[in-house]
Amino acid sequence: MNKRKLLSLPYLIWMIGFTVIPLLMILWYGFQGKNGGFTLEHILAIGRPEHLGPLLVSLLLSVICTVVCLLIAYPLALILRKAGLKRSSFVIFIFILPMWMNFLLRTYAWLNLLDDGGLVYVFLQKLGYKGNIVGTYGAILLGMVYNYLPFMVLPLYNAMTKIDDNTLNAARDLGANERQVNFRVIMPLTFPGIVSGVTMVFVPSLTTFVVSDLLGGRKIFLIGNIIEQEFSTASNWNLGAGLSFVLMIFILLSMAVLNHYDTLGEEDDG
Amino acid sequence: MKRNVIFAAFLIAALSIVVMAACGGSGNKQENNVLKVYNWGDYIDEELIGEFEEETGIKVIYDTFSTNEEMYPRIEADSSLYDVVCPSEYMVKKMMENDLLMPLDWSKLSNKDNLNQTYMKILSDFIDPDNKYMVPYCWGTVGILYNTKLVDDVVDSWDILWDEKYSGSILMQDSVRDAFMVAEKKLGYSLNTTDPGELEECMELLKAQYPLVKAYVIDEVRDKMIAGDAALGVIYSGEYLYSKNENPDLAYAIPKEGTNVWYDGWVITKNSKNADAAHKWIDFMLRADVAARNFDYITYPTPNKAAEEFIDKDILSDPAVFPDDKIISEKCEMYLYLGKDAENEYYELWKKVK
Amino acid sequence: MKKLKHMLGNAYLALVFVFLYAPIVTLIVYSFNEGRGRKWQGFSGRWYEELFHSAQIGDAVSNTLTIALLSALIATVIGVISCLGLQALRGKARNVYLALNNIPLLNSDLVTGLSLMLAFIAVGVTFGYSTVLLAHISFNVPYVIMNVMPRLRQMNQSTYEAALDLGARPVQAFFKVLVPEIMPGVISGFLMAFTMSLDDFIITHFTKGPGINTISTLIYSEIRRGIKPSMNALSTIMFISAIILLVLTNISPKGSKTEVKYI
Repeated sequence: MNKRKLLSLPYLIWMIGFTVIPLLMILWYGFQGKNGGFTLEHILAIGRPEHLGPLLVSLLLSVICTVVCLLIAYPLALILRKAGLKRSSFVIFIFILPMWMNFLLRTYAWLNLLDDGGLVYVFLQKLGYKGNIVGTYGAILLGMVYNYLPFMVLPLYNAMTKIDDNTLNAARDLGANERQVNFRVIMPLTFPGIVSGVTMVFVPSLTTFVVSDLLGGRKIFLIGNIIEQEFSTASNWNLGAGLSFVLMIFILLSMAVLNHYDTLGEEDDG
Repeated sequence: MKRNVIFAAFLIAALSIVVMAACGGSGNKQENNVLKVYNWGDYIDEELIGEFEEETGIKVIYDTFSTNEEMYPRIEADSSLYDVVCPSEYMVKKMMENDLLMPLDWSKLSNKDNLNQTYMKILSDFIDPDNKYMVPYCWGTVGILYNTKLVDDVVDSWDILWDEKYSGSILMQDSVRDAFMVAEKKLGYSLNTTDPGELEECMELLKAQYPLVKAYVIDEVRDKMIAGDAALGVIYSGEYLYSKNENPDLAYAIPKEGTNVWYDGWVITKNSKNADAAHKWIDFMLRADVAARNFDYITYPTPNKAAEEFIDKDILSDPAVFPDDKIISEKCEMYLYLGKDAENEYYELWKKVK
Repeated sequence: MKKLKHMLGNAYLALVFVFLYAPIVTLIVYSFNEGRGRKWQGFSGRWYEELFHSAQIGDAVSNTLTIALLSALIATVIGVISCLGLQALRGKARNVYLALNNIPLLNSDLVTGLSLMLAFIAVGVTFGYSTVLLAHISFNVPYVIMNVMPRLRQMNQSTYEAALDLGARPVQAFFKVLVPEIMPGVISGFLMAFTMSLDDFIITHFTKGPGINTISTLIYSEIRRGIKPSMNALSTIMFISAIILLVLTNISPKGSKTEVKYI
């Protein structure tokens, strides 16, 4: 039995090489000053208005995106669950399929609709809206919701299908109305699904630079764009590394908070 | 069980694809006569690449970038990544100063006499003393492309890019130097200024312009102007001819405050693995017929004097494409490399604009 | 009342359906447009022709597929082996191991991509196909472990030992007893890794070298350059392949207890 432990070694070495050391590299660059010395300058740079602004905008957009996704996905998953469909049914298939399109093509698809001459653009112009759609916060938010919605639907639906029909029927027999069944039985039981859905939507929407690049007319910088540009065009790697370190800590902290609520939810069930 | 069978079939199909691709891939790698070219996007008649490969038997790996600033860090990280690169003059200077370039062997360039010596002298004076590193490929100005159907005013000044009338219909360049150049020239400063006060003023000016701007663009500016989506766009002069052919309502103006005149040219990287092929490439691009055909395709002015006899006379006399030497010498400036600190300063200010 | 509710439910499904498919349908329609712009100028297959003649797109497709397959395969092998080892670990060592494994799952692609790029530069490897492949293997292994580990835990330990007691050689016992038990987890882990690799843009963006493009990075540079109708054609083809692939891998027998794992 002890020999089996050795099997975990190769991947441990791999992880050190491809996870730990790369993260240390970010630290190394992030804390490196102009002449190679130690500095906090790049970490504290997050407080400068030109970085803090994009961070707050990203934060706001990703929170709204997460909430909107949850609001759209929850009823959807609930309806699908109550329809009692089999897992491999055609309807489920239909709601998963768009996710298999390439991420960039999905975003590009919206660019086609929102940009000048696109259907949505023309429609809104007819309604009297003047100005551009691409290059607004709304366009970016729309792109985020569209791209990350499936990440919310799937865990929710999975969590809901795990609920036994008998549990629901028992609640009904005990006199719960449909509303109570939804909020007092299904909701708490799907809490882990909500948490993983929130995680899977929040993190990528907070750090994206692709959606804002394509749908933001490059007028709007999110924190992802700032970091990407520090590396790809400004060639200020130290600053880029410093900012990504802050972002990473931020993400890991919010994960920890979420997980805390996750376990709280489980305690409530028990 | 059925699932497993399907899965196995899928795996076998997949593996065979991998094996086939691996064989194909290794076949490519065995050719040791490979030339890696790094050029601006949409900046060559791609048929010429094939012709070069046929004539010389050298396999070309062709890759593109969209701004100088995007190209530089890749070369800085590993200057053997590419053999020939086509940066703008100020970036050539930066690469020279950071020891990323290999001096040219002019004796290998049999078509060197095709070059217009006026430009060689300008480059030698300002950028590359004695023309050691750079062979000019294209040159031009930065100006305003406008749609005569959407703009009634006379376009002769950068001021029009701050006119509220055209709010939401202005396309600005999303490249630091080009964007700042517009503000610097409007205010009457040098486009190579490093004075913090002047730069701050430019930043405020660009910030004031931000709400009027439809989008910050690089290569899309051409398509958007052709489609009539915007009234005014800051653009490189070379795009004008192509745009006008596609949409006759478009016109190009060099603002009276002056503008940037730029030169893009071929350089060979310091650690190039195939400098010989790189010279052959440059020499090929210098050939008069090649340069002329390339001009017909990309419509960027060529510094190749010998190529001019292949080019339409009307085009040669169009001041938007080949502006007067006088305009160039009196109103226009070249970008100079300003050093790492000033570069950072520009970039930090640029972030504040958005 | 119940009927009304049912109708409302269906209306909601229809609404989400329209939201999901409107952009894709537009792309497909535009892919047959004769003109470059967003005005309909007649039916044409020219963008498909252009697509099939482009060597760049061909290369990108083959790179994407081979990287996805190789990285998913290698990640599956590494993942299964380390799951076996992980099962024998206890206490703190196990927690640390799992925490390390979770980092790429929790961290954003942006940070993972950047950190790998910095590490590759530090080691001095030339960026190219191999760096992308290594990066993809790295972010794929956690997905495999995530899928295989629960299977292994559910399995009764003594069956494997019983097989050994009954005279099976370890290799025999592994392939005849253990593998069938964890197979569903291995399959879903492999598929998840495969799709993750297929869809990745950000990590590839930071770890690719000259001349190497996957579909994602190619699309990115093409879209940034302006309207490219051949990208519409590519979307259509990818959408149809996605349907075929999903149909193939998901016609599962009723008894299968794996969750819907389309990602």
